[in-house]
Amino acid sequence: MVDTLLKVEHLNKAYGTKQVLHDINFSVTPGSVTVLLGPSGSGKSTLIRCLNGLEEFQSGQLSFEDQPIKPTPKTWQQLRQKIGMVFQSYDLFPNLTVIDNILLGPLKVQKRSKTEALKQATQLLKEVDLTDYADAFPRQLSGGQKQRIAIVRALALNPEFMLFDEVTASLDPEMVRGVLEVMLNLAKRKMTMLVVTHEMNFAQQIADNVLFLEDGAILEQTPGKQFFTQPQTDRAREFLDSMAF
Amino acid sequence: MAHSGINILFEGRNLTRLLGGLWISAKIAFIAIVLGILLGIILGMLRTLKNPLLRVILRLYLEFFRIVPTVVLLFLFYYILPQNFHINLNAEVVATLVFTLWVAAEMSDIVRSGLISVPRHQVDAGKAIGLTTPQLYRYVLLPQSIQLMIPATINLTTRVIKTTSLLLLISVMDVINVGQQIIEANNQHYQNGAFWIYGFIFILYFILCYPLSVWARYIERKEKLRNNG
Ligand SMILES: Nc1ncnc2c1ncn2[C@@H]1O[C@H](COP(=O)(O)OP(=O)(O)OP(=O)(O)O)[C@@H](O)[C@H]1O
Ligand SMILES: [Mg+2]
Repeated sequence: MVDTLLKVEHLNKAYGTKQVLHDINFSVTPGSVTVLLGPSGSGKSTLIRCLNGLEEFQSGQLSFEDQPIKPTPKTWQQLRQKIGMVFQSYDLFPNLTVIDNILLGPLKVQKRSKTEALKQATQLLKEVDLTDYADAFPRQLSGGQKQRIAIVRALALNPEFMLFDEVTASLDPEMVRGVLEVMLNLAKRKMTMLVVTHEMNFAQQIADNVLFLEDGAILEQTPGKQFFTQPQTDRAREFLDSMAF
Repeated sequence: MAHSGINILFEGRNLTRLLGGLWISAKIAFIAIVLGILLGIILGMLRTLKNPLLRVILRLYLEFFRIVPTVVLLFLFYYILPQNFHINLNAEVVATLVFTLWVAAEMSDIVRSGLISVPRHQVDAGKAIGLTTPQLYRYVLLPQSIQLMIPATINLTTRVIKTTSLLLLISVMDVINVGQQIIEANNQHYQNGAFWIYGFIFILYFILCYPLSVWARYIERKEKLRNNG
């Protein structure tokens, strides 16, 4: 097994002339959970989207499993089977049923056998308590249910790394718990994850490491336990206070 | 000899000839619509890709076929181009070609606006599970926009059918051309033959086009209800 699953070196990203990520450096060890925190507009979404090629960047080197990533569409298309992503707005495909949403990647991208993929999908649906919804359309589900399906859809490709961008931010409060529990279970099973969240209790519970981002720069990289009790920078302290934590 | 003008339709082989003419128009329209829609879908998809050169070329193609009147296009392809390039094309083939290129141009615009109306997030979600660009179009973007494209496509179809009435200008033996010949051949016996022949042709076109336009309106209304509901 490799020591670092993902390595980011000197990543810089600008929209037009506006620099939004400044010289980002960090790495992620296999089986760890990294929580990315920072005020609104600090560049969390932009950073996480760079990691599976949804955003282009001007300079920097990413490596996955010790292999440098050549940022071409073809490389990214291949890598996205190993790097799953879940979005704030779920983004299930409304034209497909739940099960077809889940099977699209395994069948069409990975060309796996229908029997095998279906067996795995059924198992995953069971784990998120949504077995009965396999043939429903997304519009028939609540936000929390949609988000759990979106997680299953990403997991169905057997990724080695999962990216979560504020996946509970659009949910009604009573739906949040169910989704967070799915993520806690993944962490227990040593899924490597990078998580952007505003749920501070959850962040503290799940984080092995915290990256604190402000104005597009990483101000602090600290082990989870330490960050929430003794942050190293005043800015992080103020941020935690502002989150009423 | 006193007789009703409507009988001009039943003299000799007149009715068969008229329906034969209609068949030619319908055949040209049908082939052009099928080929034009297929080509238009491909061109419409290409117009949503990032390549700027391709976009400009396809945009010019659309504008050309939209701005130049169909009559001029027919003349251009039937009389002018063959003369300059020394090729001899059958009038029906030219008509099918012109109509196909015209349908493809209009269709590319319908497809493009349907595709770009799919939310950006759907593209991200599709890419994130590793879909290739063709797969993204095939499984996500086209299925989600096809509902929006159907009414405009049906309306285009009725426009094509109506415009086949220009085919006589390049001497295709279409229904109008046959009708004129019948009127001329019978103007001794039937002074008001034109009334009956053109009236009949009007009914034929109406029967072809009206159900289509009702269908288009029905789908449009259903789509509106669905969006409100
Ligand atoms: N497509 C874009 N074009 C131009 N600027 C953008 C674009 N997307 C984001 N930005 C800018 O980049 C900066 C970082 O945005 P980003 O969405 O990554 O922040 P964030 O930390 O995810 O914020 P939030 O917590 O509100 O989600 C912001 O200043 C934003 O205005
Ligand atoms: Mg964000």
